Amino acid sequence: MIINFTLNGRPRKMDVEPATLVSELLRETLNLTGTHVGCDTSQCGACTVLFNGDAVKSCTLLAPSLDGAALTTIEGLSATSGSNRLHPMQEAFHENHGLQCGFCTPGMVMTAVALATRNPVPTEAEIRHGLEGNLCRCTGYQNIVASIMAGAVAMNAPAIGE
Amino acid sequence: MSSIIGIGKAPRRKEDFRFLTGRGSYVADMKRPDMTFGVFVRSPHAHAIVRGIDKTHALASPGVQAILTGKDVAADGLGSLPCGWGIHGTDGLPMKEPPFPMLAQGKVRFVGDMVAFVVADTLKEARAAAELLAVDYEVLPAVVGVLEAVRADAPLLFDDVPNNLCCDWELGDKAAVAAGFRKAAHVARLSLVNNRLIGNPMEPRAAIAEYDRGRDHYTLWTTSQFPHVVRFLMAALVLKLPEQKVRVVAPDVGGGFGVKQFHYGEEAVITWAAKKVERPIKWVADRSEGFVSDRHGRDHVTEAELALDENGKFLAFKVKTLANMGGYLSTFGPNIPTNLYGPLLSGVYTTPAIYCNVKVVFTNTVPVDAYRGAGRPEATFVLERIVDVAAAEMKIDRIELRRRNMIARDAYPYQTPVLVEYDSGDPLGCLEGALTAADAAGFGARKIASERAGRFRGLGFSTYVEACGLAPSRFAGRLGARGGLYESATVRVHPTGQVTVLIGTHNHGQGHETTFAQIVSDKLGVPFDSVDIVFGDTDRVQFGMGTYGSRSLVVGGAALSKASDKVIVKGKKIAAHLLEAGEHDIQFETGVFSVAGTDRRKSFAEIAGAAYVPHDYPLEILEPGLEEQAYYDPVNFTYPGGCHIAEVEIDPETGIVTLEKYTAVDDVGTVINPMIVAGQLHGGIVQGVGQALFENAVYDEVSGQLLSGSFMDYCMPRADHLPNMTVETHSTFCTHTPMGVKGCGEVGTIGSPAAVINAVVDALSHLGVHHVDMPATPNRIWRIIQNAAIPQAAE
Repeated sequence: MIINFTLNGRPRKMDVEPATLVSELLRETLNLTGTHVGCDTSQCGACTVLFNGDAVKSCTLLAPSLDGAALTTIEGLSATSGSNRLHPMQEAFHENHGLQCGFCTPGMVMTAVALATRNPVPTEAEIRHGLEGNLCRCTGYQNIVASIMAGAVAMNAPAIGE
Repeated sequence: MSSIIGIGKAPRRKEDFRFLTGRGSYVADMKRPDMTFGVFVRSPHAHAIVRGIDKTHALASPGVQAILTGKDVAADGLGSLPCGWGIHGTDGLPMKEPPFPMLAQGKVRFVGDMVAFVVADTLKEARAAAELLAVDYEVLPAVVGVLEAVRADAPLLFDDVPNNLCCDWELGDKAAVAAGFRKAAHVARLSLVNNRLIGNPMEPRAAIAEYDRGRDHYTLWTTSQFPHVVRFLMAALVLKLPEQKVRVVAPDVGGGFGVKQFHYGEEAVITWAAKKVERPIKWVADRSEGFVSDRHGRDHVTEAELALDENGKFLAFKVKTLANMGGYLSTFGPNIPTNLYGPLLSGVYTTPAIYCNVKVVFTNTVPVDAYRGAGRPEATFVLERIVDVAAAEMKIDRIELRRRNMIARDAYPYQTPVLVEYDSGDPLGCLEGALTAADAAGFGARKIASERAGRFRGLGFSTYVEACGLAPSRFAGRLGARGGLYESATVRVHPTGQVTVLIGTHNHGQGHETTFAQIVSDKLGVPFDSVDIVFGDTDRVQFGMGTYGSRSLVVGGAALSKASDKVIVKGKKIAAHLLEAGEHDIQFETGVFSVAGTDRRKSFAEIAGAAYVPHDYPLEILEPGLEEQAYYDPVNFTYPGGCHIAEVEIDPETGIVTLEKYTAVDDVGTVINPMIVAGQLHGGIVQGVGQALFENAVYDEVSGQLLSGSFMDYCMPRADHLPNMTVETHSTFCTHTPMGVKGCGEVGTIGSPAAVINAVVDALSHLGVHHVDMPATPNRIWRIIQNAAIPQAAE
């Protein structure tokens, strides 16, 4: 079936098999392999993307549900393609050593962006609760929590002139 | 700005950018032209005879390119998966070492054992064909627990392995221990289970293989911690291919923790199959497949006895362990519960006599091998638990009992009664530091506050040491290692003065691209940004043993340090020539070569440039180029250690254990990058906390099915399970590594299970509880509390 959606800020028209998972569509057809698949029971959260601004596990979405929606993946998070500039949340993960092997990182960052959008000044407990759908085996979560604290502040800081 | 960033600084990581922007390159992300897809058909039975495999329907399925079984393996005369260690038993005879075929030969021995490999044009077609493969099994009785496996009436996995006993191994002076026990004023006894774990790195295992007939050359991309070792084992011993015809690449790897430091059958099968279909083949494990095929960890049943004199001085320690090997011997399997376990039973104490007996046992379960810590967490758990038991029974304060028995800082180097000699350490310093950092003095008030809220509060200690930086080859060889355990590094200085390092360790989260660049920046005085680290490709990197056993910085970093020194030596020769001075008059400091006592100097970049433009070189004494290589083989293990303090609160109504505080003061030697070290400690501690409170691999005793086979059943630690931890370092410096480093990858996992369980037992001590097995789940704790409420029924 034909679907029309916005992918990382750009319009996209695709002919998809209705049973295709969005995680599969992103990785296999669109070559957006930053969205990772770490389990087969929707437990790990490595495949989290922004679906109309909400953090959603892309392994739980079927491709037809994209029709008319806006999808953001880790590749499109920092809107300045062609540059090395990071989104404030990505920058906060870098600054606070919020990643080690990097496999869970895209899902963590997307979850964090949605969390900080909804709750600009999250407490540590709110962040920890907000991460219950994302597994990390490397960091013990401590620096991820610190990253999201800092990232939320940076995301919601008034823009300063460049 | 580009500048020197050396040892002790905390630059942010070079490798972050690609991971933060979704541009990492993991095996599952890769595509090759005309790629096919492979699916492994795995045994659904724990123990069965494979009477026959009928390929007819599966071969007729659309898109199928090949179906390979054990018969095809045998027809091609291929080897079985090798074990890298050969240990000996009490009888002096070698361990029983039955073959571990890459595809089953007549029998399957665990749920997940590989029976066939199906290759098709698409993944869907491969899966569909796999469903159609008719395997005729004759199901046999299975045995999954070590206690059951050694019984006389137990089903035998191998006809020629009586009692399923791979090896009856011992270490230590039995007579000295017996003498110690005869003198004892008190003997503490403890029986415990060290629970089976599944490492679960977040990236599932995967591989892509292709064969180039034109060059008669194979390439295998695999999720491995040690690509060179995979190449050697697979090419030389399994597939019997010339090593130089095989390239193994481990690109970005999403966590390892030991799970990816073995040569897996999947790697050999897919490489072999790639030549048969003459197209690239991709296989990616789904998580469920990982649960029944990734090597598991731990799984001990242990009885320990500690003899003490009337003042609480340890006289002798005796440990008997049954260690589960699973269905076959994996790459390091028999080494883990023996050589990496027994020698650690001395801990940080002056116990004069220790005896350890380990029965290494086959069962119908996934093969057991190294998982972060590997043997050392198990040893630490036994020792640190029994010290607490002894303290409670003798009514001596737990801290005081430890203090009385600790090795004093000035007693190093310290020879233990179980093989190893600790070069350096300060356990008392770590203990005192941790007591302060954890505010142990304020615990009483916090306990009262918990009690007022109807909750139990406990404090637990673990003062521990580990042996890491694997490993001195000579020592390892005596213990049964069939290979060496050195590391190699090449420092390639480009004509511009930029540097590429080629190193045999593998970075899969540890931050090597940053830490190793700091070492080079420090040693050569070149900008941090001018150094790139290359790893994980047998066609680019000379050789290497990979990353495991907290060895990368200790052994690989030492090789890098040595290679950098050689670059300086050659740089001095070049400088002497350019500056028309004697080589011995050349000094090198912060990137500048100068003639002593003069202002004549050349920068590192000038020397590098001159190395590649040898117009007037004295070629008879000086070669062009600036590239040096070093191999480093350590003279001893390193011995990081420390003190961990856990504080828990238990809700008696639900049995939920909440980790309230966690404090670690560790001695990891010289710290290159404190930010990365703290990250390693955090992650390691949480894996140990996972073992203590959440994780458990459970098999059904009758069917041999893995009951905890998904993230819905196997409880991984999550962010909301944990508090912020306090981690500090209290370093003494390793006396035999070039930079004084000791390693930090495993300390967290080694120290933490005992600290957490000691805290749980402390919280329940008023109920007469003296031990709690891991994991301390709400169910287990609730039952203990309920049973304790009935008089005389405490566990």
